[in-house]
Amino acid sequence: MDQPTSNEPTNVDTGEVVKPVIDAPAAPVEDRTRRRARNLEVGSAKGLEAVGVHAWFGNHHALADVSLHFPENTVTGLIGPSGCGKSTFLRLLNRMHEFIPRSAMAGEVLFEGRDIYGPGVSPTEIRRRIGMVFQKPNPFPAMNIGENVVAGPKLARLRVEDRDALVEECLVRAGLWKEVKDRLDAPAGSLSGGQQQRLCIARSLALRPDVLLLDEPCSALDPGSTLRVEETIVQLSETMTIVIVTHNMQQAARVSDYCAFFLSDGGPGRLIEADLTSNMFSNPSDERTANYVQGRFG
Amino acid sequence: MSTETDVPEIRLISGVRKRTDMLFRGAMTVGALASLVILALIAGFLLFRGFQIFADFGLGFLTSSTWDSGDVNDPTTARFGIAAMLVGSVLIATIAVVVAVPFAMSAALFIEYYAPRAVRTVLTSVLDLIAAVPSVIWGIWGYSVLMPDAEGWAKTLHSWLGWFPLFDVPAPIFGRSPFIAGLLLAMMILPIVTSVAREVYGQAPRDHVDAAYALGGTRWGALRTVVIPFGRSGLVGGAMLGLGRALGETVAVFLVLNLVFDVNFKILASAGGNVASLIASRFGEASPYELKGLMAAGLVLFLVTLLVNAAATAVVKRAKVAV
Repeated sequence: MDQPTSNEPTNVDTGEVVKPVIDAPAAPVEDRTRRRARNLEVGSAKGLEAVGVHAWFGNHHALADVSLHFPENTVTGLIGPSGCGKSTFLRLLNRMHEFIPRSAMAGEVLFEGRDIYGPGVSPTEIRRRIGMVFQKPNPFPAMNIGENVVAGPKLARLRVEDRDALVEECLVRAGLWKEVKDRLDAPAGSLSGGQQQRLCIARSLALRPDVLLLDEPCSALDPGSTLRVEETIVQLSETMTIVIVTHNMQQAARVSDYCAFFLSDGGPGRLIEADLTSNMFSNPSDERTANYVQGRFG
Repeated sequence: MSTETDVPEIRLISGVRKRTDMLFRGAMTVGALASLVILALIAGFLLFRGFQIFADFGLGFLTSSTWDSGDVNDPTTARFGIAAMLVGSVLIATIAVVVAVPFAMSAALFIEYYAPRAVRTVLTSVLDLIAAVPSVIWGIWGYSVLMPDAEGWAKTLHSWLGWFPLFDVPAPIFGRSPFIAGLLLAMMILPIVTSVAREVYGQAPRDHVDAAYALGGTRWGALRTVVIPFGRSGLVGGAMLGLGRALGETVAVFLVLNLVFDVNFKILASAGGNVASLIASRFGEASPYELKGLMAAGLVLFLVTLLVNAAATAVVKRAKVAV
């Protein structure tokens, strides 16, 4: 990060130098949508990738044969009606799936080319690098706002060189700093739902994960808070890979670069198709996708 | 046009209650009140029978340690005071709770968060079985099995920590001490404390536990960050319930404690006090006046345990509301 100097404008929150517009890469938003859909194809080495993944709960086959690649620094939306296995799939991506009693899986999830379910892989290490934010905001109630932010490093017994700087950085990135900077020692429960959710995002960021998984992060929030969280997601995607489960088609359209549509026809949930979000909404290749994104079912 | 609206009178809502319903309601009410009535009757009985002692000795009954039944025909020669017994009761019960709580805590966490389903079922029923062992069995076992071993532990404890007054002894005799009675009581109250701890730990919100895991926390990390803080006040309540039990326990303590009528804080010494044991040991051959003294001692014990239990219930209840 550049050191601020006296004659350059700086961001109030971060102290980061705000570069003149002329230096910025031309139209970054345009760039994102021009990314090739083949990035989604299996076989690319970078980013996170699921290969032939299945999931079971007891005898119930919940998810069948999903292969999907999440390119680095993109947002992928997982969409589909309830019960199609998209949340199950999300939890498979950072080994949260195995906490459900009698659950099982098959296939591989490759992270930086390595199978996260392989021998010699530490699941706690995987969860540190692939963070997760849940549907219901779940800050730790016994901790104040600041303590919540650094709860991850504390759990991992990592040394934090400058706690205050880390707290500030994460809250800034989560878009919450301005609202809470004067009451970092207030209990987390005193925040509104939307603020709590952004606090949970900040908490995940403190471990500096490479991937962030969000499981319907806005379903419990009001429209205003939803908007703030969405802005946060878009900003974060400049430096990290994001996978978001959502029931809200507008949200998928607003925040994601790619979309993956899941559907269960009574049997296990399957991936129907995945493509650039713009293609998914304007010109999906499967009729069921078209029906779903246009709100004809689900 | 009137400026004030007519507010109708609040009417009585009435209806016919069926006779069978009334009957059933009555039966239930009697059942519910019975426990309250029994409690009141016991308190009333103890107060009635022991009142004269409070009138004769006043606060001295609580602050002195002499227990002398005097001449059977001349009650004025008797001296009664339960300070040593009361101190002993609290001392032994405290030892029991201090020893039992860490075990109960780890047992509860193991059962709720580590044990496979089958082990969990077995452990839970074994704990319930421990609770069902009669206290006289505990006493006999404590005297013949625990005490010979515990004397050795007490010796070790004394040789390392004897410089600290609590672990000092006047003579090198380690049997029948508050320490041993406390250990025995710790085992006896383990089931109740564990069961309360298990209940509160089991209620820790799943999404907070998930959050800890998702941050790369280990199981111990999740327990430390979420479950244990969540269950803290519940655990305190459980410990106090255990304390209440330990204060009132009679037969087992009676068999492994050397009753001595001197206030003693040296837990390894072969001399201790216990209100319940005092009553059990004297009751059979007490003169009518001494019997009143025992009733008064009983009343004091009754009130102390009642207070501890009420406090414990309040703490546990508050812990549940806090969810």
